Amino acid sequence: MSRTDFVALLPLMIVPATAVILMIAIAIRRNHKAVAVISLGGLVAAFGSLAFAASVLPRQVSAFFILDSYSFLYMAILLCAAAFVFLLAYDYLNRRQKHPEEFYLLVLLATTGAMVLVASRNFAAFFLGLELLSVALYALIAYVRAESISIEAGIKYLVLAASSSSVLLFGMALIYAESGSMELSQFTAAMIHSTGHANPFLVVTGLMLVLTGAGFKLAVVPFHLWTPDVYEGAPLPVTAFIASVSKGGMFALLLRWFHVNSGDITGVPGLVLSILAIASMLTGNLLALRQTNVKRILAYSSIAHMGYLLVALLAGGALGAPAATYYLTAYMVTILGAFGVMTALSGRQHEAMSLDSYRGLFWRRPLLAAAFTTMLFSLAGIPFTAGFLGKFYVLMAGASASRWVLLFTLIVSSTIGLFYYLRIVVVMYAQPEGAGETENPDDTRTLPVPLPATLALAALTGLVFLLGVYPILFWDTMVAVTRNLG
Amino acid sequence: MILLDLILILVTGGIASWIAARRSAMVARWITLASLLVNLILGIGIWIAHLGRSQSNPARWFVQCNFNWIPQFGIRIHLAIDGLSLALLLLTYFLGIMAVLSSWREIRERVGFFHFNLLWVLAGITGVFLAMDVFLFYLFWELMLVPMYFLIGIWGHERRIYAATKFFLFTQLSGLLMLIAIIALAILHHQSTGIFTFDYEQLLKTALSPRAARLLMIGFLAAFLVKLPAFPFHTWLPDAHTEAPTAGSVILAGLLLKTGAYGLIRFVLPLFPGPSRELAPILMSIGVAGILYGAVLAVGQTDLKRLVAYTSVSHMGFVLLGVFAGNEIALEGAVVQMISHGISTGALFILAGLLQERMHTREIAAMGGLWETMPALSGAGMVFAMASLGLPGLGDFVGEFLVLLGAYRANVPLTVVASLGLLAATLYGLRVAQNAFQGSNPHHWKLPDMLPREWMVLGLMMVGLLWIGLYPQPILNTVRPSLAAAQQSAFTQEIVRR
Repeated sequence: MSRTDFVALLPLMIVPATAVILMIAIAIRRNHKAVAVISLGGLVAAFGSLAFAASVLPRQVSAFFILDSYSFLYMAILLCAAAFVFLLAYDYLNRRQKHPEEFYLLVLLATTGAMVLVASRNFAAFFLGLELLSVALYALIAYVRAESISIEAGIKYLVLAASSSSVLLFGMALIYAESGSMELSQFTAAMIHSTGHANPFLVVTGLMLVLTGAGFKLAVVPFHLWTPDVYEGAPLPVTAFIASVSKGGMFALLLRWFHVNSGDITGVPGLVLSILAIASMLTGNLLALRQTNVKRILAYSSIAHMGYLLVALLAGGALGAPAATYYLTAYMVTILGAFGVMTALSGRQHEAMSLDSYRGLFWRRPLLAAAFTTMLFSLAGIPFTAGFLGKFYVLMAGASASRWVLLFTLIVSSTIGLFYYLRIVVVMYAQPEGAGETENPDDTRTLPVPLPATLALAALTGLVFLLGVYPILFWDTMVAVTRNLG
Repeated sequence: MILLDLILILVTGGIASWIAARRSAMVARWITLASLLVNLILGIGIWIAHLGRSQSNPARWFVQCNFNWIPQFGIRIHLAIDGLSLALLLLTYFLGIMAVLSSWREIRERVGFFHFNLLWVLAGITGVFLAMDVFLFYLFWELMLVPMYFLIGIWGHERRIYAATKFFLFTQLSGLLMLIAIIALAILHHQSTGIFTFDYEQLLKTALSPRAARLLMIGFLAAFLVKLPAFPFHTWLPDAHTEAPTAGSVILAGLLLKTGAYGLIRFVLPLFPGPSRELAPILMSIGVAGILYGAVLAVGQTDLKRLVAYTSVSHMGFVLLGVFAGNEIALEGAVVQMISHGISTGALFILAGLLQERMHTREIAAMGGLWETMPALSGAGMVFAMASLGLPGLGDFVGEFLVLLGAYRANVPLTVVASLGLLAATLYGLRVAQNAFQGSNPHHWKLPDMLPREWMVLGLMMVGLLWIGLYPQPILNTVRPSLAAAQQSAFTQEIVRR
């Protein structure tokens, strides 16, 4: 490994190195604040090293990694998301957790896994990254050991994620058996003309199994069954992490290796992906309608959002990849903000999950409610928020590829989606009830929002508007970065 | 720049009055009123400056401003004003002021947020009337929704949440269909010219195959017909109008419905001339169906606000009929109808609000003989009921008459059926007048008559209606050039053939 390889890999090394430092620090003395500072420092250092290492791009390091501007952009996004998770989690953990330090350790490891996914070039790296991410998540989801719901969610995720990993592995094996290659780059070719192989059946089957594994991580229908339970059971910062970093890393991999720049995705893969997209959009939004738990609502909504992302992936062409990237960024910012507000509202014993805990929020805490409203509108795709421009770009990409069925499903399902976002908004702006029921020792309604969370929420709200009003800043980069894909 | 100012004044005014309301609700009201007055004066200023040039000057726009926004897709902040926009903007600010004044006492809670929403709806409406970039148009189209949703959902009556949600979902779905049409239009333009643009004037020149044009037009129609609302898509309207607070009803009926009609004139006719001609008979029939349906249902209502809401469906049917009749007289009639309907229906909603404030009911059956106790208010009620049923001398008559006159040239049977709507209008108009205001006073109401502020509001609206009814020429002169431009592209052949 040459010196330049080393430089190129710096970001991928700093994050796990920070994890190791944390481990030692925790062994010496438990100190939440110090741990939080060290891990944030690690993320910042990794972020800085991206700029430093950018000079040696693009570069392939061994058969494992491809480090180019695409993977660096996604790494930057993932690192920022992880940093936001830390800022939001700090006070939450302070309030609820006796031993909060390992949380940071696990999040750093999971983030490393997601970064490996983004930079992976062959099956081995893909699988390693996925497992690194998953294993850390098992522990994170069950982090609050005092609560049975958290443990249940952890075990559910463990069983399902492990089986989906094996399915993925089998898919890789089939493709390897046919082509004799571990390269991920053969996916794109197989997407367009799988018939070129000696045994197209093997390739298509393998491709489907790989998609199953990836689809599980993304929680697209029909691999979505774990989502609501895990979202509900996991501690809020972890939920935010699953929704942003875990899904983001997986989708970045999918986008890189399945995106088709010229030509249509047709045949079996195209059909299957279209069905996944349509089913996700409709199922996610329809199932969310009757939920009364905000975490579950956002879980189902995330299923629908992954469906929208698949539309951009299917659209392909020059617009598809930047549109998907833009949408994903907007979604990550928004969902972090939404879970961030929920985290800030959560008390010592109970998380702010039920719709009732938001009743009249706007009249008690106007700023938090305004931030939450912004996030919900962004999820619904109302103009001047990030979600709207994201949707606009996806529609643009879909329309230029003439994928009308997908587009009509998208607008119908996002109208359905609007209904349940409005339900939350309505509750927040409803008249607060009488003063009788506020005598709750766990009352968080007057709890001040601590500084880190305030900073994070302000930044996220600002980003939602920035992404919604001034896309030039981001769009050009995204186009440039995705130009060489497919 | 002045056009951008119109929007910015409302936006900052809204924020200012929200903040000011923490100290004093009165200050918030005055800030709202002041920002609307400034805009009204600016609008009148533009009108006076360009009054004489409608015939002589060939330039299409009085004022415009044009900034780059998202260059990759050629999206620009392009605002421009012509006669049609100007007339509707003046109506917007006039009705806005009336809405503020009429809710001066009705709204006592969360005054700041109320006025914030009020001004932001009006900012959105201003943007809709000014945007000459279809993407920007869509943004403002959606921007109107959110504050309106809050106005209905927070300050509305009993079933406000149901009504607000229904309103939002209907308009959102139809709006998204329009967004797809907008995007498809831009992409088709890109494919034929290689330039990405959403600019209205550029897109006018897009060459479309008849099939594509028809499909795209349906996308635009979806949004505009729901907003108008045309007959089968109107079901959100009675709920939203009935449940909204007075100011909300005034803005909904007076302005939001007009944005649908404006969209038809500004976008559908010029962008899709061919299919407009083809589909004109169907659309005119829908208009006539709306006229009759709205009028008949209005006759049967027991809730005063619901009754007025259904008359709106009927009146907007005339607008639809006029827009697609394919000649200038009908189109001018449609615009006059838009403006006078805004004033007369707005006044009726204000009246219903005044009655509700005093009597705590909207049921017509609970009223009766109000003339005895509130002569001035009942008299005003009579005037607006007469305006709504199309009494000559008041605004609505001019509009409906011109529409029927023009439609007669296009399609005689439809016009005959449409005039039956006037008959039904007489029924509901007289029913309100008789059951609510005249006759004996069976419930022995003793109520305070109009206050000076209420006098001023209703008086000004009466003057407006009389002006349109007796001397509509200035309005016609103002809007004629823009209508001619819309018309030319759509119905030239027809005119030449005659």
